Amino acid sequence: MHLHEVVQIVLYLFFLLALTPVLGLFMAKVFNGGHTWLTPLLRPLEKAIYRLAGIDENTEMRWSTYVWALLIFNFIGFVVVFVMQMIQDKLPLNPQKLPGVSMVLAFNTAVSFMTNTNWQSYAGETSLSYFTQMLGLTVQNFLSAATGVAVLLALTRGLTRRSLQTIGNFWVDLVRTTLYVLLPLAFILAILLLGQGVVQTFSPSLHIQTLESHTQIIPLGPAASQIAIKQMGTNGGGFFNANSSYPLENPTPLSNFFQMLSLLLIPAALTYTYGIMVNSRRQGWVIFAAMMVLFLMGLMVSLWAEYGYNPVTGIAGSMEGKEVRFGVTNSVLWATATTAASNGSVNAMHDSLSPLAGLVAMFNIMLGEVIFGGVGAGLYGMLIFVIITVFIAGLMVGRTPEYLGKKIEAFEVKMSMLAVIAPSLVILVFSAIACVTDAGLSSLGNKGPHGLSEILYAFSSAGGNNGSAFAGLNANTTFYNIMLGIAMLIGRFAVIVPVLAIAGSMANKKNAPFSAGTFQTDNATFVVLLVAIVIIVGGLTFFPALSLGPIVEHLLMLAGHVF
Amino acid sequence: MRHLFSALRLFLIMTVLTGIIYPLIITGIGQIVFPRQANGSIITVDGKIKGSELVGQKFISSRYFWGRPSAIDYNPMPSGATNFGPTSVGLPNALQQCRKQFEDLDWRAVPSDMLFASGSGVDPHLSPDAARLQINRIAHVRGFRVEQRQKIVDLMEHLIETPQWGIFGEPRVNVFLLNVALDQIK
Amino acid sequence: MDSIKKSPKLFDQAIILRALVDTFVKLDPRWQIKNPVMFVVFLGAILTTATVIHELTGGKSDMFNIQITFWLWLTALFANFAEAVAEGRGKAQAESLRKMRTKTVARRFVNGQEEKISATELKVGDIVVCEANDVIPGDGEVIEGIASVDESAITGESAPVIRESGGDRNAVTSGTRVLSDKIIIRITSEPGNTFLDRMIALVEGAKRRKTPNEVALTILLGALTIIFLLVVVSLLPFDIYSEKAAGMMKSHSSLTLPVLVALLVCLAPTTIGGLLSAIGISGMDRLIRHNVLAVSGRAVEAAGDIDVLLLDKTGTITLGNRMAMEFVPAPEVTEERLADAAQLASLADETPEGRSIVVLAKRDFGLRGRNIKELGARFVPFSAQTQMSGVDIPAMDGRSARSIRKGSLEAIRAYLIANGAENQVSSMSMHVTQMIGTDIAWSGGTPLVVIENLEILGLIQLKDVVKGGIKERFEQLRAMGIRTVMITGDNQLTAASIAAEAGVDDFIAQATPETKLQRIREEQAQGRLIAMIGDGTNDAPALAQADVGVAMNTGTQAAREAGNMVDLDSNPTKLIEIVEIGKQLLMTRGALTTFSIANDVAKYFAILPALFATLYAVSGANGPLAALNIMKLASPQSAVLSAVIFNALIIIALIPLALRGIAYRPRGANAILLRNVMIYGIGGLIVPFLGIKVIDILVIALKLA
Repeated sequence: MHLHEVVQIVLYLFFLLALTPVLGLFMAKVFNGGHTWLTPLLRPLEKAIYRLAGIDENTEMRWSTYVWALLIFNFIGFVVVFVMQMIQDKLPLNPQKLPGVSMVLAFNTAVSFMTNTNWQSYAGETSLSYFTQMLGLTVQNFLSAATGVAVLLALTRGLTRRSLQTIGNFWVDLVRTTLYVLLPLAFILAILLLGQGVVQTFSPSLHIQTLESHTQIIPLGPAASQIAIKQMGTNGGGFFNANSSYPLENPTPLSNFFQMLSLLLIPAALTYTYGIMVNSRRQGWVIFAAMMVLFLMGLMVSLWAEYGYNPVTGIAGSMEGKEVRFGVTNSVLWATATTAASNGSVNAMHDSLSPLAGLVAMFNIMLGEVIFGGVGAGLYGMLIFVIITVFIAGLMVGRTPEYLGKKIEAFEVKMSMLAVIAPSLVILVFSAIACVTDAGLSSLGNKGPHGLSEILYAFSSAGGNNGSAFAGLNANTTFYNIMLGIAMLIGRFAVIVPVLAIAGSMANKKNAPFSAGTFQTDNATFVVLLVAIVIIVGGLTFFPALSLGPIVEHLLMLAGHVF
Repeated sequence: MRHLFSALRLFLIMTVLTGIIYPLIITGIGQIVFPRQANGSIITVDGKIKGSELVGQKFISSRYFWGRPSAIDYNPMPSGATNFGPTSVGLPNALQQCRKQFEDLDWRAVPSDMLFASGSGVDPHLSPDAARLQINRIAHVRGFRVEQRQKIVDLMEHLIETPQWGIFGEPRVNVFLLNVALDQIK
Repeated sequence: MDSIKKSPKLFDQAIILRALVDTFVKLDPRWQIKNPVMFVVFLGAILTTATVIHELTGGKSDMFNIQITFWLWLTALFANFAEAVAEGRGKAQAESLRKMRTKTVARRFVNGQEEKISATELKVGDIVVCEANDVIPGDGEVIEGIASVDESAITGESAPVIRESGGDRNAVTSGTRVLSDKIIIRITSEPGNTFLDRMIALVEGAKRRKTPNEVALTILLGALTIIFLLVVVSLLPFDIYSEKAAGMMKSHSSLTLPVLVALLVCLAPTTIGGLLSAIGISGMDRLIRHNVLAVSGRAVEAAGDIDVLLLDKTGTITLGNRMAMEFVPAPEVTEERLADAAQLASLADETPEGRSIVVLAKRDFGLRGRNIKELGARFVPFSAQTQMSGVDIPAMDGRSARSIRKGSLEAIRAYLIANGAENQVSSMSMHVTQMIGTDIAWSGGTPLVVIENLEILGLIQLKDVVKGGIKERFEQLRAMGIRTVMITGDNQLTAASIAAEAGVDDFIAQATPETKLQRIREEQAQGRLIAMIGDGTNDAPALAQADVGVAMNTGTQAAREAGNMVDLDSNPTKLIEIVEIGKQLLMTRGALTTFSIANDVAKYFAILPALFATLYAVSGANGPLAALNIMKLASPQSAVLSAVIFNALIIIALIPLALRGIAYRPRGANAILLRNVMIYGIGGLIVPFLGIKVIDILVIALKLA
């Protein structure tokens, strides 16, 4: 590594740290209904939206109502994107005259964008019209991200309210998040990306004769607007197949830096927002710290592995699957960030990462997408681990465990474990099925243990709603489109529903005051415990599978084996 | 039911807002403020569109600088990579290929980016070292004299893009721009 | 008769024997399914047994599989044993209690006629009579008479107690014996539901329900077991893939059913799963050894969560008796004269208060005791009407007659008025104010006025004496995050002074049952959990309202019904121990859970390399994953066997810890956490590495694998 590469990482961490309280404070004001500099501009629009939609912004919902509203809204999104893809040949803005998408692929993509996974079984430039990308995918990029934030807000309210039945209004949370947070940020990022060379046009693909007189088709489209929210909303589904490694999606190192930063920006800032909303900034920083520790641990291992020597090629720091303008460091930093956040966009091919760097990427997802994680989803996922940590460690101080003064009892433990088991079940069982079926095995792009890694990665990515891939696996088959689609649904809603249930039950509880006998959750000890629990739960669940995938591949690679 | 109608109406409003108004505003700004970038950073030679500055092209002739290996033969419909895993037999095979290209060199001296395929399949860049390796071949094939060869060297060094602001990214040279300029050398 | 106090040792031979039998009785699936973790072990053992039987009938005998099966059954049995031992201790106690529930005959009054019926036929509201040597046939209230009762059968206390009608000492318990006199009792509990019956059920653990935290923990452990089940189930397809990818023959697989089951059992949190109920039972047991009966485990657990302790001043914080601290003479009266008069008035006063005056007089002025009889003195004892005591000494040997009285300000005032000395009253008030200002009350004393022949001599300062060590105890409680509130009938000033001296956080002066109840509600509204101790009927509402209400055994039936614990010693300080037991119970569960989960790391490093030792091997040698065998275990078989054996033995090894509870010192949450994480978290990581390695060496030495 060169000095300028180290500086890039330090700068990246610095900006992330510096922007966290700035954006966090802004979001706290927005979510608490406070006045921000955007209020004069957007408040009339917000009111108009409620009026047009027939929503009373002052009515609060019980948790069960909140769940229904969320499910209905998401289901509408799914249906619209599903149908839109299949009839895109009859819709406008299709200059390439692309045909309608097949039903299984349409199902996979619709689920994928509804669940904030944004797994790409599709290849944007060859299968989706501009209409679908704009009115289908871009819209879902906003709404699925806003859904994640809404769930987090509901949980936060649950943790802070005392003896109340309601946890907020889903519509209001959704609209505020979209209007005040996602749209302005996406707007800024889109302009920055435009300046760097990301395309934004409704012209069809360019057919050209190259300098050497070969024919080349350069796909274009309204990309900048979609890529901006794809990064900000931890969606990650690219406008183009090769995602952010494709030069027109991510043209320069600077555009790369903006995209990487926006990838973790909202999830990181939400920890600060959370701190404000629970009246203890320390609680927010503790979670930020735990996430940062996990992130840095992964980054270190990845960098070490990726710059390491591969006896198979006789080369250290391979450029396979990477772009020259980004180099190894930016590729590894992106890979770590995109898997830590449940973003899933890539600027280098994860399939070609060294085994241990691939392991880190996979493990980041397997941990439950809680290292910053998805917008809203990462924090509520981490709060599930907080509850589990508080329960186990809290018993050890000799009291019924409490978090923020709320007792953690059988119901919360049950729901938390449900939220942990569901994605694990998807990853392990679905991967196991793929391993012993021809339909599962025939899509593999690599043989040997790496093939198992491809399967594991695919279902981790779907179950964790990440969306990145070991792309050697051909996922556009009936088997994978359906299995991954189901995996995404379980990974999303089998977590959201328990989280909202916890929100409801917590809101109803009394708030025990803090005393010297209370287990503290705002100090360094808790950071260590939280990190340990996240790693241990993830490690115990996935160590056997990983040992047959990346770990054995690493050992075989050191021995110079190829498959 | 009340929620269903609210949901439908809200979904419609949000679609208009984020799926129509927002992309149209961005398109407007792009076309007005950054028209070159928004339309693909097109390079024209003698009035003809010869490609995008940002999208790599296939160069097989020995007269040109070769770009990186590409899994899609530089035809991005769709873009993509080899996706060879680190223990894939594809990697040593690819090396075998490259060894043929650089028979006269110790292939271990060839930078990694020249040996392995890019992520997008249309990486427009090479590391400066990978470009430098090719200067002798090009000068030889083009029958350049010493001072013309020096012009290639100067040209290349001139076109090297250092990290943005001295920090971001890696030093690199755009193969397409390099080859366009190469043709200008008299 | 054995008293409860003489609780059996941790491992009594008889208990162990009985537990061994129960260990096998508990293999009943209906019993096993109550504990999801151990149920998985149970099913696993059955599966491997079936495999072994299948192999044996097929003519094969695989010693390895047989050994695995053997140890899996042992794992299940060890957990049963832990539970049985914990229960056995209670059962032994129940046995001795049951002995006294022999056929008691009740003498029931019906329409003024006495009839003899069996105690089991008694109904609520029946009136029975008990005389000396009768066993009281049922729980009830004394409605007439007074008697001394031997309650040692229940309390273990040999000194008889007084039971009388009216007041707070009217409750009698079935199974206790009247020693003297005759009492008439109204029965207040159905037969089979007497205090004794409930006590037997409790110590036996017959109606033991899981406590809230135990339920939550069981869910956590069950969920972890499900995760590990997923891990093990999915491992087989992953292994099939890997073997195909490696190009090996399928028959090379070391992933047999017994090995998979062994892996699952090792990963599942069997240590805590196996000991969980033993921990809960022994928590109750520890309470019983402190002579406290809890109506439910829930109450014990709640004790650990207590934020505020309401403590009665008398008997808990102070010794219960006020002591004379100082003589404060009136103007123009010498201190010695005051002391002399006070001593005379107290010589025949056998109360601790009176004795303390004599002691003070001797200490300060060397006044020796005099024979009151020689003086011809007549002692005037303390009575409820007069609220004072004293002595009348007739005129003798030229000395004039002396009439000395001592009593509270109010009592003396009334006495003076009654004797026509109103003039003295106003001067008395003045004197007293002069003498003490507000000094005595401020320092926690109560003034006692001494008069001789209607002349005020001065005051004796009486003061509550705070128990030794109680202040330190409260400091510990504070460190644990528990606030103490003192309840006293004293006035504000006195209460404040004692509160400061004892180091309580707060106090309620001039407390009435209503103010207690009020205070409890206020604290609870703020989310706090409250414990209190009480005895009187008027304490019942507060006892019922408190999260942990400890009734004294000497108290009324109403109080005992209202609380959720009964302290057989009737010792108010017990509340502190109850809280500690509650905390220790939760800590033990948390610590063993942490230990159990931490253990899994080592087990992976033992079993995984063993399973995949030959996978991707180049030529007969070990495959790459053998590198994970960092313990350098001898062979795949020995590794799996060692892990299973360790997993089983650790349950047995930790039974004493589960029964005793982990070491507990009252400290702040952070200190406790750090200590437990170090011992059970870090220790839990390291111990199995060492243990499995040692077992592996033994297994090889004994040629078991």
